[in-house]
Amino acid sequence: MELVFDGIWQAIVLLVTLDRETWGITLLSLQVSGAATFISLLIGMSAGIGLALAEFRGRNLLVSVINTGMGLPPVVVGLFVTIMLWRNGPLGFFEMLYTPGAIVLAQAVIATPIVAGITVAAIQNLPRNLRLQILALGATRLQMVRLLMREARLPLLAAVMAGFGGVISEVGASIMVGGNIKGCTRVLTTATVMETGKGNFDIAIALGIILLGLTFAVNYVLTLVQQHDRPR
Amino acid sequence: MNASSVILELNNADVRRGGVRVLDVPRFRLRRGEIMCLAGPNGSGKTTLLLTLSCLLERAQGELRFKGRPVAGRESALAYRRHTASVFQEPLLFDASVYENVASGLKLRGVPRQELRQRVEKNLERFRIAHLAGRAARKLSGGEAQRTSLARALATDPEILFLDEPFSALDPPTREALIDDLEHSIRDTGIAVVMSSHDQAEALRLADTMAVMRQGMVLQAGPPDEIMNFPVDEFVASFVGMGTVLRGRVVSAGPDTVRVAVAETMIECVGGIEAGRQVVLCIRPENVTISAPGSHKADSARNRFAGIVKRIIPMGHFLKVQLDCGFFLSTNITRRSQEELGLVEGGSVVASFKATAVHLIPHA
Repeated sequence: MELVFDGIWQAIVLLVTLDRETWGITLLSLQVSGAATFISLLIGMSAGIGLALAEFRGRNLLVSVINTGMGLPPVVVGLFVTIMLWRNGPLGFFEMLYTPGAIVLAQAVIATPIVAGITVAAIQNLPRNLRLQILALGATRLQMVRLLMREARLPLLAAVMAGFGGVISEVGASIMVGGNIKGCTRVLTTATVMETGKGNFDIAIALGIILLGLTFAVNYVLTLVQQHDRPR
Repeated sequence: MNASSVILELNNADVRRGGVRVLDVPRFRLRRGEIMCLAGPNGSGKTTLLLTLSCLLERAQGELRFKGRPVAGRESALAYRRHTASVFQEPLLFDASVYENVASGLKLRGVPRQELRQRVEKNLERFRIAHLAGRAARKLSGGEAQRTSLARALATDPEILFLDEPFSALDPPTREALIDDLEHSIRDTGIAVVMSSHDQAEALRLADTMAVMRQGMVLQAGPPDEIMNFPVDEFVASFVGMGTVLRGRVVSAGPDTVRVAVAETMIECVGGIEAGRQVVLCIRPENVTISAPGSHKADSARNRFAGIVKRIIPMGHFLKVQLDCGFFLSTNITRRSQEELGLVEGGSVVASFKATAVHLIPHA
């Protein structure tokens, strides 16, 4: 038990004393996972909405593929992205491997199917005739999509939370494509793994608590947005 | 119907689903200010026709013309939809306040705030929901929600309003009150309306014209009383509540009347159909009167038959009585007349109806 209390105490000390390294790691985690989530929203939501509204042969197959992708193991993504970014790999000329950009890329790959899958479900869950009703009100295609998104804002924000939660907490891909380089690609999860390996449980616990706190803070803000402007 | 009074026309409409033709309407016309009701059983194509007319159905073949101009392509479809409005069976409100909902069509058109407020408030008043303006749409009762949906549709000042069974999910008193308010709004604004209904009473209440549909086709269109009294075929006859629909053969034709053999019985009818033709006879239940056997009530009815009461079916405030007079005959009576006549199933009665009460349809 002492271990846990020490860890909590250590976390407070690390944060309150504004330990530069810890703040750096925390900030990088937020930036990397935030950027990855943002990219996954652009791609995943457009794809999800398009898929929910379109009617074509093989759509169900595509939706199944995306739903499977929601459970993509980060290690597999890490491996795949590493190969792509490897010096003589297809994207090697970018020289991105072991940079924060590589982690953003890998995390975006992980989050995109999560966002897309939930988006498809969110839009399909709206009443079937709502689309017709919106068009009948005189909406353009773009206005229709905007209104549908507003109607599905609760599950869509859940998609944001799920995407962000999926990437801020993953370690496999980050460590493989980032390399846990101090001051460069070290994020909260990779640092926690390392400190635990070294037996520095107090610091590991501190990092774990910061990770939890960060995730909670982000989700709390998103929840406030989600519940905002719903009339009573 | 002169050409300039036509606001909407549809030619050669053809919609297929999975290879099956679900709509086949060669010609459809709607006049300015006309209220038309599409009637027919479920699956008869009413909704498909409405969606085609409101330009909401993709892959619908046919030429749609609004005020003489063809509606084709995305731009003109959008412009057309901004002159029309639709209300569906479900209210399909947005998860926002009642006010926001009623304002939504106007916001899509970029109506300036001042004007928007005026038009929203006018329509909230019109449908008696001004007191609910700030209420969340998701907390409304069924009737309030449908009022909001109608207010939202009319707030955009449409020239044509499409209503797809808008009252069928409401209980009778709520429905009555809503139909009253809707009727006022429609007559006030003079907009043309196409509505669908599987309830013929609802259709009769509002409609100037009625179109009876079956299997994607319009079987008969015209003023409701014309369809009620002169249906073109057996299906329309039974759909509009003819009660008695019989098959027979014209035996002899006089100057005004013909005698038609139905089973073993001769029925006298008004009509000009030559002898030997097969016909369908339609008799509205309210045109058949029944009296106790042996009573010699003087009336001018040419057809009097002794019959046996086969069934008495309670229909709420009246009773449907089915008789066997050597042929099937159906009539409606009040509970009071049932008591006075001492009517029971299996009892004997005399049924009578005028020769003019029979509508004859030549049978192919």
